[in-house]
Amino acid sequence: MSSHPPLDWPDYKSTRLRHPTLMRPLTLTETELTSPRLGDRPLGEHDHDLTAHGQGEPLGERIIVYGQVLEGDGRPVPETLVEIWQANACGRYRHAGDQHPAPLDPNFEGAGRCVTDKEGRYRFVTIKPGAYPWGNHPNAWRPQHIHFSVFGRALTQRLVTQMYFPGDPLFEYDPIFNSVRDEQARRRMICAFDLSSTKPDWALAYRFDIVLQGREATPFE
Amino acid sequence: MTTPAQTVGPYFSIGLPWDDGPDVVPDGTEGAIWLRGTVYDGARDPIPDAMIETWQADPDGNYETPGFRAFGRCPTDADGTWAIRTVKPGASGDQAPHIAVSVFARGLLHRVVTRIYFADEEAANAADPVLAGLDDAARATLIAAREGDGYRFDVRLQGDDETAFFAV
Repeated sequence: MSSHPPLDWPDYKSTRLRHPTLMRPLTLTETELTSPRLGDRPLGEHDHDLTAHGQGEPLGERIIVYGQVLEGDGRPVPETLVEIWQANACGRYRHAGDQHPAPLDPNFEGAGRCVTDKEGRYRFVTIKPGAYPWGNHPNAWRPQHIHFSVFGRALTQRLVTQMYFPGDPLFEYDPIFNSVRDEQARRRMICAFDLSSTKPDWALAYRFDIVLQGREATPFE
Repeated sequence: MTTPAQTVGPYFSIGLPWDDGPDVVPDGTEGAIWLRGTVYDGARDPIPDAMIETWQADPDGNYETPGFRAFGRCPTDADGTWAIRTVKPGASGDQAPHIAVSVFARGLLHRVVTRIYFADEEAANAADPVLAGLDDAARATLIAAREGDGYRFDVRLQGDDETAFFAV
């Protein structure tokens, strides 16, 4: 069964005029069963390290975020592009549309990319993003999260998601997190604190494995 | 349990667009065409914070051909428009030439998938098994019209003329 949220989710107001009303059945063809991998995209030396994109260190709690990109059967997806973007430690995005009255950090851009290794592993260094208010409903705040974009071996597996942090008190109030109806599936979006992967005297670590649906799975019920 | 999708949100332009995203093929490539269009919401307003990704066969109808990226990515601008430069794919098996299109946007909790077919491939389109499964109105939403140096393909996420999307 698919774990994806419904497209029509009234609690998240922006879905109202943007959700298609009909998903038509398609007998999957080579078009959907193949995929870009983009493992050969040119990468800079520090693209995976979001703390190294400014003149100095960004403010905030330095963290390591790492994990594996896997298919549903546990097979890793090697040499595939992983892209992330996020708010700074104060909960502010470096984006003209973000008018949250919290400071920008001159040393934090908020975007990173890397390519998985042969075992499908990726690793980023960044700072923990802050929560931030948004206009969806009165006193709405997004839980802390990092946006992830990944490719699988098939177009059916293309995934953009958000990684959340354990124990966030905002979970129960967030319509985007709760658009995923299955509790186990929601847990899949929460990374795990991993003391054994922390770097002593330097950074805490969180593990976030991304499990893609089967290549031939039906995504919409 | 698989990892669920979440919306790209309003700020994906921090992380997803690439300088060469719209260039499936480089400038000057023989036979290059521009695919252009606008993404509209259910109120028929253009969507300025959507992103289009394309995936296709090469001109011989083959997928994952080494050296051919076959993938395009373009965010919409303030007018909701996007443009991708590519080459027309060849027919693949019994399928007419077509390009898979993924649409991402704030307000879309998961990307949605449709296909571009080409108005000047009438015979191939008539024999295409995916098009054959659609009524005339839905079929019409997938046919890109020839325009200038390429083709026009608008995406309507909702409404009477909602684009035909597929469960992918």
